[in-house]
Amino acid sequence: MQGNRIIGEAAIRAGCRFYAGYPITPQNEIPEYMAENLRKVEGGVFIQSESEIAAINMVAGAASAGARAMTSSSGPGISLKQEGISSMAAQELPGVIVNMMRGGPGLGNIRPSQGDYFQATRGGGHGDYRTIVLAPGTCQELADLTMDAFDLADRYRIPVVLLADGMIGQMMEPVVFKEPKPRQYSADYVLKGAGTGKAKTIKGLILDPLDMEEHNWKLDRKYRVIAAKETRCEIFNTDEADIVVVAYGTAARVAKGAIKRLGDHGIKAGLFRPISLWPFPTEELRRLAGTRKEFFVFEMSTGQMLEDVRLALQGYADIAFHGRPGGVVPTPVELANVIVRQYRRDR
Amino acid sequence: MIVKTIFSGFGGQGVLMMGYSFAHGAMSEGYEVTYLPAYGAEVRGGTANCTVAVGDEEIASPIASEPDYLVVLNTPSLYTFQNRIAGGGLLFLNSSIISARPSRQDMEVFAVPASDIAEELGNARAFNTVMMGAFLKRTSLVKPEIYLKSLETVMGSKKKAVVEINRKAFSAGYDFLKA
Amino acid sequence: MKKVFSRPESLRKKFVFHYCPGCGHSIAHRVIAEIIDELGVRGTTIGVPPAGCAVLAYNYFDVDMIEAMHGRGPAVATGIKRVRPECLVFSYQGDGDLAAIGIAETFHAANRGENFTIIFMNNAVYGMTGGQMAPTTLLDQKSTTSPPGRNAVLDGYPVRISEILAMLPGTAYIERCTVNSPANIVKTKRAIKKAFQYQLDGRGFSLIEILSPCPTNWKMSPIDACRWIDDVMSKQFPIGVIKDEPAKAAGKEGAGHDR
Repeated sequence: MQGNRIIGEAAIRAGCRFYAGYPITPQNEIPEYMAENLRKVEGGVFIQSESEIAAINMVAGAASAGARAMTSSSGPGISLKQEGISSMAAQELPGVIVNMMRGGPGLGNIRPSQGDYFQATRGGGHGDYRTIVLAPGTCQELADLTMDAFDLADRYRIPVVLLADGMIGQMMEPVVFKEPKPRQYSADYVLKGAGTGKAKTIKGLILDPLDMEEHNWKLDRKYRVIAAKETRCEIFNTDEADIVVVAYGTAARVAKGAIKRLGDHGIKAGLFRPISLWPFPTEELRRLAGTRKEFFVFEMSTGQMLEDVRLALQGYADIAFHGRPGGVVPTPVELANVIVRQYRRDR
Repeated sequence: MIVKTIFSGFGGQGVLMMGYSFAHGAMSEGYEVTYLPAYGAEVRGGTANCTVAVGDEEIASPIASEPDYLVVLNTPSLYTFQNRIAGGGLLFLNSSIISARPSRQDMEVFAVPASDIAEELGNARAFNTVMMGAFLKRTSLVKPEIYLKSLETVMGSKKKAVVEINRKAFSAGYDFLKA
Repeated sequence: MKKVFSRPESLRKKFVFHYCPGCGHSIAHRVIAEIIDELGVRGTTIGVPPAGCAVLAYNYFDVDMIEAMHGRGPAVATGIKRVRPECLVFSYQGDGDLAAIGIAETFHAANRGENFTIIFMNNAVYGMTGGQMAPTTLLDQKSTTSPPGRNAVLDGYPVRISEILAMLPGTAYIERCTVNSPANIVKTKRAIKKAFQYQLDGRGFSLIEILSPCPTNWKMSPIDACRWIDDVMSKQFPIGVIKDEPAKAAGKEGAGHDR
């Protein structure tokens, strides 16, 4: 199945019953899949919205009414959604936002890129907040993480960003959909009319600065729990490695291809692949630095995750970097050659 | 074992369908598979290509730095990809419309007059299936019956005439090359 | 003794409206609350207040509410209504919210014929931020960002949103009212009640525009503000029913929505 369509199918299986979105390449197959299939499901709502801004706000409305809701877009559209994502973070509404990254900034191009790492992992909109960010590397992970994203969004009442790129969205791999977990969430915030009880309000405007400060600290406490419990990563082939490549998503696939070739050059290399970008698997990476001293960060950007790697390793290891921004996906051979040159220069 | 194939031609020649049906067939054979189309802004007329990786182990990168096999349906594609193919690789080209031949000597070239064969069968558009027959004859990655089933699945066509012409075209391509 | 006047059940018990003396918001709030009581739908009503003076509406209404970002009320209301078609859903929006920053959300919710109601408070000025020019500010009307008066060449023209939306086939019922006199308040109440009833009957998108006095930013006494609506503002924005073509008995699921 094609990556974008896998996201749609996994979302529906996970109980997503509301999708709003606006066309933008390279993620158009997601709204197309939802248009075709979500409306066939009991209670399923698909809306092609007038804008990205409207889409995220529809998602907020649907989430406040208790639905599992999702929107998807790519770079420029995600920028437009930031107002709504910030609002959802403030109002503690669950929701899933898919970003199939393309080359930027501005309109950029439609090729695969990883330039939205900062935007995704630093909140992205205004104010003191975070979103959980998951970065799938395979079509199978697209399916699994889409389902997990809904669970995490419910568990923490937080917007969850699925951060992939045009390559994973367009490619096809066989995929097995896991059995979705039954939805577990505390529905006490959900609006359905007050019935005979007290009226509920969902708001983000808190005019008293001390109250607003407390709300910020409350969110921060939640983020600390998430940071402690929800990191994910894949560690591959590092036991004997002379050098550890750090890469996520599509870049990690290229890196794995390169690592296999490095053996021919007599270099033992392993891979550290963050799957949760926020929270970043800092501890896991730091543990590796206890025994390995050479790290090589590869991103399809000018170096964004690089900063989180530096923060994690804090000078305890040497970090080299190779970046291809703007929509370029290097080949494993190219990356292997770069790593070989780097490694030999350091010797 | 991991082998990577690039299919390339004009948009509209069915390049993506060739790759997709091949990937589907390989999946049915139990292989690990990735299918990666090159997507662009235009839909028709431009060049289209896709990469299919087939292996019995996890496929790390779906991109082919050095494809093992190359199937080209037009001349620009031959020029674009001929130097990327791995040494000792196999090149399949539609010789009905490509008169050029690669200058490299370290690969095996199979010139298949696919368009002519398809025309003789009465449906010039089936030339891509002729190419697939030749390709699978030589590479043996997917058994003919399994491939034809996959082709029917991904095309979603129940029309008997379409199924019939594709079977004929495939056999013609398959029989054209010696094993 | 028979009780002839009391606080509506759909308003909270203990509060004083924070709105300025002579402001139309408190009247509109009360009217809406009375209607919700009369229709007996407090328990199934969800309101969407805007960014603007009425952002604190949830401190007054005793119904479920979610605050929307500036201009996004119709998108939020769309999400809610599609998930809970059985609820009475209304968004409450000012002229800047609806006619400027939220014009796309408003226009397209109307065009989709979303089965909810917009209460559109038009006071021809940005109230909360201190009296800047709004899309509905009249020509020659002074505001803090049109100090010599609105100039058509430099600032454009006042927008008649209700008439524009009435041209869309998706809209069912649109009326312009005002709350500048007891008689007009009664008419406003009748209009909103009709809009809510249409919604409950699944007959499509409705919008009630209310010309609302803003004595503070108009720099007038409350009485002069009420008079100004009659003498000046309603010439640009004529009072009355603009469209009344409800979708035919689409049922409670919404006006023909393929859900």
